Order: sequence, then structure tokens, then C-alpha cells
Amino acid sequence: MNLNATLFAQLVVFFTLAWVTMKFVWPPIVKAIDERAKKIADGLAAADKAKTDLVNAEKKATDELRKARESAAELRGGAEKQAAHLVEEARAEAARIVAAAREAAETEAAAAAQRAKEALREHVAQLAVAGAEKILRKEVNAQAHADLLAQLKSEL
Amino acid sequence: MSIEEGAVQAHEAAANAPTAGEYIGHHLTHFNSTGHPQASIIDFSVINVDTLFYSVTLGLLTIFLLWLAARKATSGVPGRFQGAIEMLVEMVAGQAKGIIHEEESRKFVAPLALTVFVWVFMMNAMDFLPLDVIPNIWQQITGNHHAYMRVVPTADLNATLGMSMGVLLLCVYYNIKIKGFGGWVHELFTAPFGSHPLLYPVNFAMQMIEFAAKTISHGMRLFGNMYAGELVFMLIALMGAAWSASGTGVALWVGQVLAGSAWAIFHILIVVLQAFIFMMLTLVYIGQAHEGH
Repeated sequence: MNLNATLFAQLVVFFTLAWVTMKFVWPPIVKAIDERAKKIADGLAAADKAKTDLVNAEKKATDELRKARESAAELRGGAEKQAAHLVEEARAEAARIVAAAREAAETEAAAAAQRAKEALREHVAQLAVAGAEKILRKEVNAQAHADLLAQLKSEL
Repeated sequence: MSIEEGAVQAHEAAANAPTAGEYIGHHLTHFNSTGHPQASIIDFSVINVDTLFYSVTLGLLTIFLLWLAARKATSGVPGRFQGAIEMLVEMVAGQAKGIIHEEESRKFVAPLALTVFVWVFMMNAMDFLPLDVIPNIWQQITGNHHAYMRVVPTADLNATLGMSMGVLLLCVYYNIKIKGFGGWVHELFTAPFGSHPLLYPVNFAMQMIEFAAKTISHGMRLFGNMYAGELVFMLIALMGAAWSASGTGVALWVGQVLAGSAWAIFHILIVVLQAFIFMMLTLVYIGQAHEGH
């Protein structure tokens, strides 16, 4: 363990190596570390934000779904109501048509019955006259007895 | 061959081989600029070529490895190598941040601490190489079977004191930079005991002792640990060197294997720990230069 000039040489080497490290080694490595730390911090922040966004989006989706369900229910209710209304209307229309038809038929039937009655009455009057003619065996002046005949007809 | 003949041969071989004292003494002598062991304790005309060569080579290797990571440093997903270097950098940066509160100083001191840590670790780790391998190769190359070569730079007091003196110079620099020259001189004479003309010499002496103690203990601690570690490896190697075809000889050989493995494994701790301590003390001493008493 003798001391000699190696001591000063070592001192110079010591400072030289430290200087080189300071100049060429330390800055790039520290820069890379710092940049990565920033990237990670940004990434974590982005992940947090994404999480919040996801929660919001889920809430929004639920809201939309609920709204859609509600509006669908509303629509269905409306449609059912309208359908019922239409059926009701159709039923009423049908009833009206049936009534009108029945009425028309009844009128027609009444008229036909009247006509038949008239024709029958005419026929019976003629038959009565012919019968009377036969009974009386005497020519009866139709014109002279027209009043009588008309009275008889109305009585039938 | 009879047992007696074998014993005679072993004895002759032992006579040719260096004695334990010669073996250790040879391993503890530097390959210096004079070519023979340094005579006086302090002689600044001599320079240890082996220490300088290994410390510069390992220093360049350190810088190269760190630079390799720095060159391809990406803020994206790091590879394993970059990740490992980044862990080191973050560790050193964290320690520097905790000890030195001056942002501007850290720009130099933190890289310095990183270099010191990795470099000292590398130099300490030279201890793991088999003790005789590099010296023997060197002796083959030079053709001189007595050529000296020490491969652990941190087991040379010059290397460790050189670095600790570098730290001392930095302490002086930052003392003056932070407190101003006048402020520092004022502190030298008024701290730690207080501002009174009678106390000025005591304070100054105390400060000088403090600086000297810090610097010498800083360098000595690392040197002592590595020197002692190297010495233990040598003693263990001597066990195996004394082996022979006898029961005791085989036991010695097995002893070298066991003790060598155990000491090498334990030495891993010392190598890393001493590098870490050297770095931490560098930071602490420079940090102290930033604080007023």
C-alpha cells in the first residue's frame, strides 16, 4: 500500500468518467423514464375518463331503452284504442246498414201487400159482380151500379 | 514409485515453488512504471500501470454499457437491459434527490454517483476472477516469470484515495459555490463551536480534521475491504497449493474448494455493498457541502 502518482491519474479518470456520464448517459435515460412516466399518467387518466364515459353511456343507454319501452307501450295502447274504435265504428255501420235494409224490405213488403190487397179486392169485386149477375140472371147496368160496386169494394 | 520417492519429489517441487510469504508478497506487488517494487511509502514519480489499466478499462466498459442503454433508451416498453439500467438510474436518482436538495448540483452529482457505483462495482468484481489467471497470462506474455500484476484496482490505496480526493475537491467546489468563498471561510472559522475569536483556531482545526477524516476514511474503507478480501483469496489459494497425495493434502485441496466457494459467495455481498457505500458517502459528503453548519 504505497502512495504514488496513480492517485492523481485515478482522480482525473474519476472526473472524466463522471463528466461523460453526465453528458451522454444520464440525460437520455432520465428523459426516457420521465416520458414513460408521463405516458403512463396520461394512460391512467384516459382509462379513468373512459370508465366515467362508460358509466355515462350505460346510464344513457338505460334511459333510452326505458324511453323506447315507454313510447312503444304508448303506441300499442293508442293502436289498441284505435282498433277498438274502428271495430266499434264498423259494428255501428253494420248495424245501421242492416236496419236500413230491414226498413227498406219492410216498406217494400208493405207496398207489395197493399198492392196484393188492392188486386185481391179488385178481383173479389169482379167476382162479386159476376156472382151477383149470375144470381140475378139479369143484366145489371155496370155503370148504373158503379156506386154500389165501389161501396162494396171498399167494404171488402 | 515408492511412497518415499513420491515424498521426495513433492518436497523438491515445494522447494522450487515460492514460499507462502513470497507468493502473497508477489501478488501484492504492483506492476508499476519502474518495473520493481516501490521502495518508499510515498513516491510520486512512480505510477501503477496495472491499477490504471484496469480502472480505465473497467471505467470505459462501465460508460460503454451505460451508453448502450442510453443510446436506445425509449419511452415505450423497455427491454430487459434498458429496464435493468433504468432501475439503477432510478435508484441513484432517488438517493441523490433525498440527500442533495439543490436541483442544479444534482445534474452533475447524480450521474457522478451512478458512474461511481457501477465503476467501483466493476473494479471490486475483478476479485471474482481466479486469483492467478491474469497474472499467469501476463507472465506468459512477457516471458518474465516474476512479472508483477494486480487486477483489483480498488485494492490499491491510490485508486480509492484518488476517488475520495475527487469527492473532497467536489465538496470544496460546492461549499464555495453555495456559500460563496467568504461564506465558506466564515463557516470554517465559526462552526461547529460558535463565533468567538478564541474559538476560531479550534473551529478551523476541527473542520480540517473533519475533511481529512472524511476523505481518508472514504478511501480507506473501500481499499481495506477489497485488500482484505483479496488477501483471504490468497490464503485460500495457498491451501490448495500445499496439496499432495496424502490424506492431509487432499483435505487441503477440498478445503480450498469449499473455502474459496464460500468466500466468493460472501464476497458478492462485500463487492456490491462497498460499491453502494462508496456511492452513498459520495452523495452524503457532497450533500453536507450544501448545508450550513
